[in-house]
Parts: sequence; C-alpha cells; structure tokens
Amino acid sequence: MTKVKDATIPTIPAQARLSRWFGRNLIRIYAFFGFTYLFIPVAYTFAFSFNDSGKSNLIWKGFTLDNWQNPCGAPEICTALGNSIKIGLLATIFSTILGTMIAFAIGRYAFKGRSTSNLLIFLPMATPEIVLGASLLSLFLVFQINPGFWPTVIAHVVFCISFVVVTVKARIASLDPRLEQAAMDLYANELQTFRRVTLPLVAPGIAAAALLAFSLSFDDFIITNFNSGTLTTFPKFVYVSAARGIPAQANVIGSAMFFLALAIVIAGQLISKKTKINK
Amino acid sequence: MSSILSKVKLPYLLLLPGFLFLFTFFILPIVNLAQTSTQTPIADGDTGQYEQTFRFANYIDAFVENREQFARSFIFAICATLLALAIAYPLAYAIAFKSGRFKNILLVLIIAPFFTSFLLRTVAWKQILGEEGFVVPPLRTLGIIGESTTLTSTSFAVVLGMTYNFLPFMTLPLYASLERIDPRTMEASGDLYANGITTFRRVTLPLSMPGVVAGTLLTFIPAAGDYVNAAILGNPNSKMLGNVIESRYFRIVDYPTAAALSFTLMAAILILVTLYIRKAGTEELV
Amino acid sequence: MVDVSSATRGDLRLTRITKTYGDFTAVDDLSLTIPEGSFFALLGPSGCGKTTTLRMIAGLEEPTVGSIHLGTTDITTKRPYQRPINTVFQNYALFPHLTIFENIAFGLRRRGIKNVDADVNKVLDLVELPHLAQRKPTQLSGGQQQRIALARAIVNRPALLLLDEPLGALDLKLRRQMQIELKWIQREVGLTFVHVTHDQEEAMTMADTIAVMNEGGIEQMGSPADLYDNPKTAFVANFLGQSNLIKGRIEGADGDNLVVDLFGQKISMPKSRSHAVDSSIYAGIRPEKFRISLVGTPTRGNVLTGGHIEEVSYIGVSTQYQVAMPWGQELMVFEQNDDGVPPFDKGDQVLICWEPNFTFALRGDEDVEAGTEVAPDDLDEDE
Repeated sequence: MTKVKDATIPTIPAQARLSRWFGRNLIRIYAFFGFTYLFIPVAYTFAFSFNDSGKSNLIWKGFTLDNWQNPCGAPEICTALGNSIKIGLLATIFSTILGTMIAFAIGRYAFKGRSTSNLLIFLPMATPEIVLGASLLSLFLVFQINPGFWPTVIAHVVFCISFVVVTVKARIASLDPRLEQAAMDLYANELQTFRRVTLPLVAPGIAAAALLAFSLSFDDFIITNFNSGTLTTFPKFVYVSAARGIPAQANVIGSAMFFLALAIVIAGQLISKKTKINK
Repeated sequence: MSSILSKVKLPYLLLLPGFLFLFTFFILPIVNLAQTSTQTPIADGDTGQYEQTFRFANYIDAFVENREQFARSFIFAICATLLALAIAYPLAYAIAFKSGRFKNILLVLIIAPFFTSFLLRTVAWKQILGEEGFVVPPLRTLGIIGESTTLTSTSFAVVLGMTYNFLPFMTLPLYASLERIDPRTMEASGDLYANGITTFRRVTLPLSMPGVVAGTLLTFIPAAGDYVNAAILGNPNSKMLGNVIESRYFRIVDYPTAAALSFTLMAAILILVTLYIRKAGTEELV
Repeated sequence: MVDVSSATRGDLRLTRITKTYGDFTAVDDLSLTIPEGSFFALLGPSGCGKTTTLRMIAGLEEPTVGSIHLGTTDITTKRPYQRPINTVFQNYALFPHLTIFENIAFGLRRRGIKNVDADVNKVLDLVELPHLAQRKPTQLSGGQQQRIALARAIVNRPALLLLDEPLGALDLKLRRQMQIELKWIQREVGLTFVHVTHDQEEAMTMADTIAVMNEGGIEQMGSPADLYDNPKTAFVANFLGQSNLIKGRIEGADGDNLVVDLFGQKISMPKSRSHAVDSSIYAGIRPEKFRISLVGTPTRGNVLTGGHIEEVSYIGVSTQYQVAMPWGQELMVFEQNDDGVPPFDKGDQVLICWEPNFTFALRGDEDVEAGTEVAPDDLDEDE
C-alpha cells in the first residue's frame, strides 16, 4: 500500500502562480487605482487648505494652521456659506415634505393617472439644469420678482422633489404590506397603523432623501446662478474666485464638509448595523 | 377621519400640494420659456425688451448659429458618458463581487469625494492639470507631451472634468444592478463550460443592463447641458451649448434665442433618450 | 375600543359568502359554522379559496356577497381592528422595528390597556421564550418567530384565532413538534382556532373538524375520521390519503347492504356508506384496508380475483403493492410488515379481499382524478 506521505504535491511554477494571482485580482487592482483617482482632487483640496497662501491659493507656499483656525478669514466666504446652509435647510424641508407625500400617493395607491404622475416626477430629473434655471428666471422676470433668496429656495425645491420621491418610493416598495395588515388585525386603526408601523419603517428612506436633497441643494451651482441675483452661495463664491485664485479658507470649508458628511454617513451605517446583529 | 378620507380620495390629496408646486414652478416656467422663444426684439426698444411675434424662425436661427456648440455638447456628453461607463463598470463590479466585508465602506468611499463642493473639485483639477500641478511637469520631462502643450484650457480637460464629476451617477445604478445578480448564476455559467469572459458577456452584462441604462441616462442628460466644466477647464473654442445659453441670458440679454436654444437642447435630449430606451428596453426607470 | 365581551363571542357563522375579483371567483356561495372553542381546519390545494376565506373572517378582505356573524353580532363590514379576531400570518409579519415585548404588547396597547407586563410575560412563558423579550425579530430563528407571532395573537384572548399556514416555512421536524404544541396551546387557552393549510396530515393531526375546500366551495366537512373513512366526493377521497376507486353498478339490495358489480365480480357494502344518486357508482376502498393472499388460500369478506402483482415497494413500516386487475386497473395495497411474513413477489397471482364495511361509494359521474394533482408548495399564495 503506497504511503500517502510519499506522494508529492505538485507545485505550480512561480510564474504561473503570479499570473493566476494577477488574473483573479486584476479587478481589485483596477478598483484600487479607481479609488485613488476619485480622491485626487479631494486630497489636493485638503492639502492646500494648509497652504500659507494669502489671497491666491495657486502655488504651495508653506504649511500653516491659520486657515483652519480662521475659516471665515476671506471676505464674504462665511456669508456665502451661511446662505448655502440656510437655503439648503429650507429647500430640504419643503422638498422632503412634498416629495414624501407624492411618494406615498404613487407608491401605495393604484389610481387613475398614476403613470402620468410617475412621468411628471421624472421630467425635472430629465431636464438639464440650465433649462430649469433659465425657465424659472424667465417666469420670475415676467412677474417682476427679482432673483434672490426665496427664488433660489423655490428653484432648489423644484429639482430636489424628484429625487426625494424616487428615494422614498424605493423604501416604500420594500415595505411588506402584511405588516400593516397585522397592525390592523391587532386593533390599530388606519391612523395608528400609519403612525406606529408605516412611518417608523419608512423613516430611514425619508432621512436618506432629506440628506440627498440637502447635498444636492448645497452643491448646486447652475440653477442657483440663474436665480440668486446678487446673493452669494458657497458654490457661487468658488466659481467667481476661480479666476483670481480661491482663498484657502474655501478649501478648509470644503474639506470640513467632506469630513462632516463622511462622519454622518458612517454613523448611519453603524446604527443600522447595530440593529441587525446576526444570531 | 378615516371615513371621510376614503381610499379613493387620499392619493389625490397627497399629490395636490407637490403637484401644484411643480405645476407653478416647473410646468409654467417651461411654458413661459416656450412663449419667450418665439419673441423678437421691439424695434427701437431697450435691450431686453421683446414682443411676442410667434417667430418660429428663431429656432432655426439659433440652431444654425450655434450648431458647432450643439454638436460639441453632444459629443462631449457622449464621450464623458462612455468614459464614465468604462471607469465605473469595473469599479462597481469590484464592489459588488470582490469586496467581501469591505462592501459598505467602499460604497461610502465612492460617494465620499462628492461631499466636497463640485466646484472646488473642478478647480482642483484645473490646478492639478495646470502648469504648476504635478501632472504636466513630469509628463514634459518624460517627453510625452511637448513644451507648449497644456492640459488645461483644452477640450480634453473638459471631457475629463465631466467624466469625473458624473462618475457617481454612473457607478451607483451600475452597482445596484450588479448587486442584484445572484452570483450562483455566474457559477452555473462556469459549470456549463463558459470561461470568465464568456460568462461576463452572456450572463453578467445582460443582467446588469438596467443599471447600464439608468447610469448612462443619469450621466448623459446633465452632461449635455453642463457648462461649468467647460467654463473652468476649457477655452473659447470648447464652448458648449450651456455656455451659449448662459451668456445669452446674462451678457447679451437675448432671451428668445436663449429660450429657443434651451428647448432645442431639451428636445434633442428627449429624442435621444427615447430612442435609447426603446432600444435598451427598460421601462421602469423611476 | 374593541369589544371582546361575551356579546361578540360565540360561533362563527359564514352565510352564503362569495368573493369575486373581476371575472375570477375565489369563494363561491360558501356557508359554514365554526363552533366556539374548537380547533377547525380549512384544508385544500393552492387556489381553492381557503386563504381568501380566512382573510374575510379577519376583515382584511370584504365579501362580495354574504354575511359573517360572530355570535349574535354581524361583523361583515367591520374593519379588522373592530373585530375581536387575531391572525397568525404565514410569514409571521412581526414588526421589525419593535422588540419582541413591544410586538406582543402591540394589540394590548391599541386596546388602551396600560399595564401590559403581566399579560405579555405570561404568554412568553406559554411559548417558552421569556428570554427573548428585548430582542428584535430579525435576531430570531424561524421557529422562534413563529411562536412569537402566535404569542402576539393569543395575548389578546380573541374570540377567534386565525392561522394562515403558519408552519409552512419550518422544516419537517420542527413542523411536527409545532403541530403538537399548537394543539396543546389551543386546549390550554380554550380559544377557537381556525387553521388554514394544504397539508392534509397537518389538518388531521391538529383539527377537531376539517372543511375540505376546492375551487371556492366546501366539498365535505367533518371530523378527520369521518372524512377519511367515508368521503363523499372523489376529491375528498383522493386529497385525504389515497383511495382505490373502481367503476361499478349497484345491482340490488340485501337487507342493509347493497350488491355491487365490479367488472363482473360481485361485492357487498353497507347502504349507508353509498353517496350515489343512481346505480352507476365508483366503489372506494383505502389501500390499507386491502389484504392480499395467494390464489387458493381461504378468504373472508369481499374478494376480487384475477390480479397479479406489478410493483413491490418495501418502505420499512409497510410494503406497498400495485396489483394489476383483469379489467386493466392497477389497485394500490398497503400491507403492514407486522407478522414476519416475507412480502409477495412481482408476478404473483393473488386475490384481494377486504371487510365490506370499509367500502364507500361515490357517484358514478365523479372525476376520478380530482384531488390527485400534486400542488407545488406555494408558500406565498394569496388565494
């Protein structure tokens, strides 16, 4: 009887092993480069936020923490930031409320005109921003309303609603209708069922939609440009300063927003992980 | 309360505020834009004063005068979309199938860069690709590009910027679609004598088509109307339609032409999108 | 507030219930009385209307025609939350965002009861899961979720407890165990249980009364023994267990018995067990009631001659035979392996005999194949 110990395990030659590893991991290597590429401008922005630049942040002059300690140093920058945040919050509130109501109507009920409604919601997303912005400006001019704060809020709500509807609708679609039936079976009337079962379960979707709306609003430039007149927002500020050189404080704010948003998303992930402990 | 709000009425009530809002601030403006597009300047009037003359020739004038920018917008948008697809697909694939327990982290990392203002990022690219950046000098030293070629203020930079900025709009739908594929179908394909490439071609790719369609639409549509990338990273010869419309509104104050151009842009996009959807066959987009 | 006083208790009475969806009739003129305190099963294949009927009792669907009474109260148009009836759903439908404790307490709280602790803990003890009170449903196994779903319904002491194929998603062993437990709980708590299932073994194990449903109507209703021993239709005969149905004619009477001709051979059976309307019948005998013996051995009772063994299947507990008869039919025979006698062989020429009292007769115009299709195990049907 041949001893198993004596049998030799065939070894794969080193070159073949290398090419096999390569083939299996080609995509991973590619993905690594892809992520690096994604982060280049972010890293650059972050790095240059420490530049001792003065007014023009084009060449590296020296490392300093001044910018981070004094983020409102550049003229108008914090006004712009404040406006962006105010507009963002208002636009988020209105678009989330209106959008959630629409999402429930379309996602829950079969009614005449449902597919038309779906189409109507899709239209703002399919319209180029420049058309949205320009058309609203035209309308405001006809009614002799000057571009400014409220026209901008209105404009933002217009393009945010569709995204809210899509996000909330997706969450509603994943809701098991039997849960609401179970609630009614257990003596909850329609209002109680909505309050105690439907809403808590849809809430994460609404939260995600609100976050999305805020980031879309905060980052918007084209539509804002058409409808804000003399009011500055953060993106407008950056665009205008782009010619002569963006102050390093803008980099500070941009980087800070990045880390804040990252923290929020990671926190959200951790929370949802906690409520799903595997047995 | 529940007896009053019968199931029949409730959806309409829910839709009312939102649709009223959209009607006033989306439909009406577009209708208004339509009626602006056929106006002509009032003779002897100030700049910016127009009267309604139903001059449909405005469209022809606008198109002819700006056909170069028209073509450029669509070419750039298509290039950016294809590039984005080429970059995003393997990325989405890697996250969906090859990331193991890092999946959620990687997803966050895909969206994370876009928490920085997109203008800051675009300007960053301008400086990175510029004379003082870290791309051009090494390339010059290596002799890959000549002393006089620049990377910024080129169409190349514009397309690159557009690709970069719209990448998440391509990656996320692709990922969502790929994620839904049961990996066992790919195993089954291998079991039935297909190698890696064939499996991809015949199983994975077709199953991921809804994501491809959604991603390309979500990228192409905003890209066609973009002008920020062209403004920051381009030069006067790389102007897109968006730049023209913007200047007609703010600098030249030629509302009818701007309106006509806007509509033509929208119409062109809608036609292309409808043809594309018909061919690709996806119905439920929203 | 929901009234769970005695006025809304009592027997459940469905009167001429019909439910249509457009052209499709799910439930067709069904009338039924479920006695208070019993364990009642609605048994039938996919699409027979049993789940629809259950949902109408719960109030989750409204009948197109007909009425539903609980005791003396007409509950036909009452909303689900107005009925003292609770449901254990097929996929359990536990609220994922609430703890187990809050899931169970849900119904009590909606009814305005302030101190829920005692009731919730009592029912958690009943299902033997008190340690899971603070967990969330996603952290529980299938079997545990099923028991919590049951607890959540029972804690409200409803007049009627409805169970919609609650054991379908469990593996075999767990299912068998739960069948016994459910029966025990029903006796302990004294509630009326209405159990919907397509598994005839499950229905027979658990229920006091079974209603066999087919295509929107009730084929036959009775105790498991009644239905099994004396089926009235081919569907019931084939759906519950297996039957041999042999075409024949009633030739005459002999006291309390009938003389029946089966392809030239004469047998006798009790008049009371015939459901025929004329002389054309199908004589039915369960396979385990047949006895095989070799030609030449003495026999008793009814005898059929001329058969030979086509197939032998040894199953441990029993041996199953397919016996080919001269008129072309193959009869099934189940013999218990309880006497150490070796089984018969393929090709053996045999006689089949059985006690006449085990024979039942169905109408001659019955569809002999009814109830024999194997329905796919459809867990998520909404019939």
